[in-house]
Amino acid sequence: MADPVSSAPGGTADPDEIARFTAMADAWWDPTGKFRPLHQLNPVRVQFIRDNVCRHFGLDADAERPFAGLDFLDVGCGGGLLSEPMARLGAKMTSIDAGAKNVEIAKIHAAKSGLDIDYRNVLPEDLAAEGKRFDVVLNMEVIEHVADPQAFMAASAMVMKPDGAMVLSTINRNLKSLLMAKIGAEYVLRWLPAGTHDWKKFFKPSELARLARAQGLEFTDIRGMVYNPLAGTWSLSATDLDVNYLAFATRG
Amino acid sequence: MSAKTSSTAQSDAPEALDVDVLISGGGLAGGTLSLALAQAGFRVATVDLENMATWTDQGFDGRASAIALSSQRVLAGVGIWDVIHQETAPMLDIRISDGHSPLFLHYDHTELTDADGVSEPFGYMVENRSIRKALNVLVPNTEALTYFAPNRIQSLDRAADAAHAVLQDGTRIRAKLVVSCEGRRSPLRDQAGIKLTKWDYHQAGIVCTVEHEKPHNFCAQEHFLPSGPFAILPLPGTADKPACRSSIVWTEREDLWPLIMDLDDEAFLEELVERFGDFLGGVTLVGPRFAYPFSLQYAHEYVKDRFALVADSAHGMHPIAGQGLNMGLRDVAALVDVLTEARRMGQDIGSLAVLEHYQRWRRFDNTLMLAVTDALVKLFSNAVEPVQLARDLGMAAVGQMPDVKRFFMRHAMGTVGELPTLMRRTSA
Repeated sequence: MADPVSSAPGGTADPDEIARFTAMADAWWDPTGKFRPLHQLNPVRVQFIRDNVCRHFGLDADAERPFAGLDFLDVGCGGGLLSEPMARLGAKMTSIDAGAKNVEIAKIHAAKSGLDIDYRNVLPEDLAAEGKRFDVVLNMEVIEHVADPQAFMAASAMVMKPDGAMVLSTINRNLKSLLMAKIGAEYVLRWLPAGTHDWKKFFKPSELARLARAQGLEFTDIRGMVYNPLAGTWSLSATDLDVNYLAFATRG
Repeated sequence: MSAKTSSTAQSDAPEALDVDVLISGGGLAGGTLSLALAQAGFRVATVDLENMATWTDQGFDGRASAIALSSQRVLAGVGIWDVIHQETAPMLDIRISDGHSPLFLHYDHTELTDADGVSEPFGYMVENRSIRKALNVLVPNTEALTYFAPNRIQSLDRAADAAHAVLQDGTRIRAKLVVSCEGRRSPLRDQAGIKLTKWDYHQAGIVCTVEHEKPHNFCAQEHFLPSGPFAILPLPGTADKPACRSSIVWTEREDLWPLIMDLDDEAFLEELVERFGDFLGGVTLVGPRFAYPFSLQYAHEYVKDRFALVADSAHGMHPIAGQGLNMGLRDVAALVDVLTEARRMGQDIGSLAVLEHYQRWRRFDNTLMLAVTDALVKLFSNAVEPVQLARDLGMAAVGQMPDVKRFFMRHAMGTVGELPTLMRRTSA
C-alpha cells in the first residue's frame, strides 16, 4: 500500500478530503472534541433514520431492536459514530470509509463497545463490484466531501437492494449555510476545524434530488436539522432546510 | 429473589455481572431509580451499605418527607405508592406564621383546581421508613434488578468501553453507567474528582414524632421562630385516632440543639410544647428523637464519563421548604427519561454526550431551588425587627394576591417547569 492514508485511492473519493479527516481520526470519539457537533447531531439523525426505515419496511419503531434482520451500509463511516447506534438498534452493519486510519479507530471502538460491525477500508464501487446489496444505504455528511458526486450516487444506488432505501444528509448551499455551517461553525464557534467544508461542494435539496433521480431514486421525506443554541440540541424541521438537511430515498 | 446478601454472592466467580446501570446507594432516591430503570427494561445492579432487614427499624431514620404531587406520581409509577398509600397523609392546607405575629399565610388546596374543577392536595407526608419498607417488598420481585446489601463498591475503573467495579465481597460488575445515589457524603463523587461547595447553617433539625389530642385536619404548619422554622407536619394516625399524629422538625442553633437533645423526655416535651402551642390539645412523644445538622452543598458537575450524580450526592439543601427528596426524585425521573431516549436512539447510555442532557436538565432547576431555600433560611432565621416586619408584610401581601399565591402553591406541588415523563399527570 503506497499511500499510508488510504488503500482505496482514486474512484469516488477525494484524496485531500481523506487526508483531512484521517488527521482528525483520534478525536472521533471525544464528545467534547472536534466532532462534538456530530455527537450532538447523532440523536436527530438516528430519529430520522429510525422513523423512515420503520415506515418503509413496516417495522415497529418502538421495539428495542427495530432494525433486526436488515443489512445496513454506512458509507463514509468515519470513527463509527452512526454505525454504533445502528448496530445497537439491531442492524447488521457493514461500514466503509476511504480513510484507513478511520477504519482502524472505528474497529477498536466497536470491539470495546461489544458491537459486531464489519468495518472495511473500501469504496462503495468496490462493494458494488463484489455484488454486495443492502436494505439501507446511509450516505450521511459524505456527498459534500466526494470527488465525483454523480459517480458516487451511482455506486451507492447500485449496492441498494431493489426494495431498499437510501438516507442522505448534507448541507444546503445558500448565503445562510455559508454563514452558519461554514463561517460560523468553522471560524466563529470553532466547532469544526477550519477548512472542514468547501462551501462550493454543498448541495441544494433540488440538486441532491436530481442526482438521486438520475439513479431512479425518489425522495419520500426531507427534513431540516435545526440547532437550538440554548438547549444545545438539534431537532428536525419540516420547513427549515436552509442549512443541514436529511433525505430519505427509495425506488419509486 | 434477586436481592443478594454478602453471604450468598459468589466472591470467586470469574465472570463479571454485566449490567446497563450500576447504582451505588439504594435508599429513597437510589431505590426508586433502581426500580424505575429496571421497569424501563434496563439491567440494574444496586449496592447499598445498609442491611435491608434493619434499615426499617424505628431508630434508623426518624424523618418524614414531604412528597410533592409530582413526586407522588414518580412513586406511583414504580409501584411504591401502592404499597405505602395507607401510611401517607395528604397535606390539604399549609399555614405559615411568623413567630407570634398576627399575620400569617394560609394556603388551601381548594383554591387551586384543575380543568375539571378537582383540587388535589399539595402533597403528602410520608415517613422515610415507609418508603424503605416498600423497597423491601418491591426489590426482590424485580426481575432485572440485582441488589447487593450490605455491600459496597471497593474499586471502580471507568474505562472507555465500560465501568468495571469490584464489590467488597469480590463480586465483579461491568456497567455502561455508574450512578451515585450515595447521599451527601458520596465517596464515588470525590473519587471522580467532582468539586463540592458546602456551607453550614450552624443549625440542626431536631426530629421527632408526636401524638396530640385534637386532629390536625391534614394541615401542615410552619412557625418561623427566632432560631429557625418549627414545622408540624401531618402524619396518618391510628384507626381510632386517624389524624392525631405529626412529625416535628424543630430547627435550633448549633449551640443549643445538643443541650435540648440531652434533656430527659419530660423536660424535652416541655420545651417542645412551648414552641408547639396548645391548639392541638395535649401532646405526647412517640418514638426516639433525632438531630440532623443542616447544611447546603452542591456538586460543580453532575456527570463524568460513565458516571452521574443523583439526588443528595449532587445537591443538599436546607429542609425549610421540604424540597430535598422532591428534587432528588426529579433527578431520578429526568435520568430515566434521558437514558430511555438515548437507548431509543441507539446511543451509549454512559457517554458524556448523553449524560450532558441530564446535567443540563437538572442542574439549573436544582441550583435555583438551592438559592431559594438559602434565601428563605436567611430571611426567616433572623430576629432583626425591620426584616421581621418586611417578611410579615410580604406574607400578608402574597396572601392578598391570588395569582402570586397560586404560583407559590404550584411550586409547592412541584408541577412547574419541564416535567419528566414519570412526573406528568396521566389521563388515567
